[in-house]
Amino acid sequence: MAVFASLSEAVAANLRDGDSVAMEGFTHLIPYAAGHEAIRQGRRDLTLIRMTPDILYDQLIGMGCARKLKFSWGGNPGVGSLHRMRDAVENGWPRALELEEHSHAAMANAYDAGAANLPFAALRGYVGADLPKVNPNIRTVTCPFTGEVLTAVPAIRPDVAIIHALKADRAGNVLIEGILGVQKEAVLAASRSIVTVEEVVDDFGPRSPNATILPSWTVTAIAVVPGGAFPSYAHGYYKRNNAFYLAWDAIARERDSFAAWMTENVLAKGPGDFAALAGLRSEGPRS
Amino acid sequence: MTTPATPTEMMTIAAARALRADDICFVGIGAPSAACNLARLTHAPGITLIYESGTIGTKPDILPLSIGDGELCDTALTTVAVPEMFRYWLQGGRITLGFLGGAQIDRFANLNTTVVGPYDKPRVRLPGGGGAPEIAAHSGQVFVTMAMGTRAFVEKLPFITSMGHGEGGDHRARLGLKTRGPTRIMTDLCVMEPDPESKELTVVSLHPGATRQEVRDNCGWTPRFAANLAETPPATDRELSVLRDLHARTKKAHSGG
Repeated sequence: MAVFASLSEAVAANLRDGDSVAMEGFTHLIPYAAGHEAIRQGRRDLTLIRMTPDILYDQLIGMGCARKLKFSWGGNPGVGSLHRMRDAVENGWPRALELEEHSHAAMANAYDAGAANLPFAALRGYVGADLPKVNPNIRTVTCPFTGEVLTAVPAIRPDVAIIHALKADRAGNVLIEGILGVQKEAVLAASRSIVTVEEVVDDFGPRSPNATILPSWTVTAIAVVPGGAFPSYAHGYYKRNNAFYLAWDAIARERDSFAAWMTENVLAKGPGDFAALAGLRSEGPRS
Repeated sequence: MTTPATPTEMMTIAAARALRADDICFVGIGAPSAACNLARLTHAPGITLIYESGTIGTKPDILPLSIGDGELCDTALTTVAVPEMFRYWLQGGRITLGFLGGAQIDRFANLNTTVVGPYDKPRVRLPGGGGAPEIAAHSGQVFVTMAMGTRAFVEKLPFITSMGHGEGGDHRARLGLKTRGPTRIMTDLCVMEPDPESKELTVVSLHPGATRQEVRDNCGWTPRFAANLAETPPATDRELSVLRDLHARTKKAHSGG
């Protein structure tokens, strides 16, 4: 059953140096507060997994937390490059970053395979593309029924999945609505999971019988962090702060400006600061 | 009196015109997204727009900055998980048209969005493929929109992220692909289409005011021109006003205003 904990306790208990960790979120529900907690706790040698590493992974990479990145699209969407990721790849600063690069289709299939307890995913992928030449984890498998040669990639089975979600009930069941990304697959594929939520409610209330819910017994720890996805967004709570994504380009472009920003806005802050950033009331859940 | 279209506006308008109301279109972010929504707001209101974040039949009032902005979900017919999007809808063959941008393109409309320079020691590390490799393979056909320039339209790609027509001719068919691949490239100067046999991109239409020499000067290979080279019809007042309104609404929303 999921344990309710402070974010600090949840990260300390479940994320260790050297772990593989998927902090997922497909634009929506990116777990910024939890990622910042990992930075404050000084986690090192992480293998970061995510389809769309954006600003949060730029921050983790720039702070030297990661030794490897497994991904399929790394950028600041609609804005440009991730400058800290590029500095690590092109110049080895603050440390070298190993890349394992896939396409979205392969990553999505690999999460699905992880959740399904399969060793690999099969897909029709990468036809005529160069990635299989540089990624030895892109291989082929022959269909035993038709003889068709398909692409095979290893299942994603992270040590830890970290996601943000909308709300939990008091029993620790977790509700996700809106753009789902691979939030559910990441949690079900991982050995342990940390979920931050906007609020805890007595009852989820009226909802579709097909609502996306992670039962309490699939989640390791839940921390209540209103605004915890800022500057990403939480459907029905606050919008994506596109102005911040635009502003990040200048902040991250130089090592000094990046370091100063991280010191002031991450190292010196805590989970309780997110509600105000997201434009929510800072005390307790919204009514 | 409306001021004339800029080259970038003409590129978006030419791209929008190529879309039809019955297309099921998998939309790339940036220039493709602007063109697809311009088409939806002008001549193709029934077009089905699908973004890889899982939003199906979305009708955003402003252009999304990211592929997964809330606006896409709020206005969609339905939103599915990302594995389902790539497995059932794209690989399942439900998409009639994939619409892509890119950093670099070659004469056979192969695309690079991965690296410039060697993969292990890149001079420029680009974002990577995202959905593009499989959008290029599994969509019924592919449109590409990119501004011309010798760094973008190159003789040889350092890395093939997404296959267009490979080495030309029947290369796609030889690799087992049954889809048509890139059929039209909309740039800021012209429209290109692959030659039916060789699959080499051929300029079929020059935008108003653009010249053959400009196209040559901004292309890393020597481009071919169609025998019956046309002029792209100029942007209409309605196309321009809808596009400019869309961009103005978008800018206001993204600046937090």
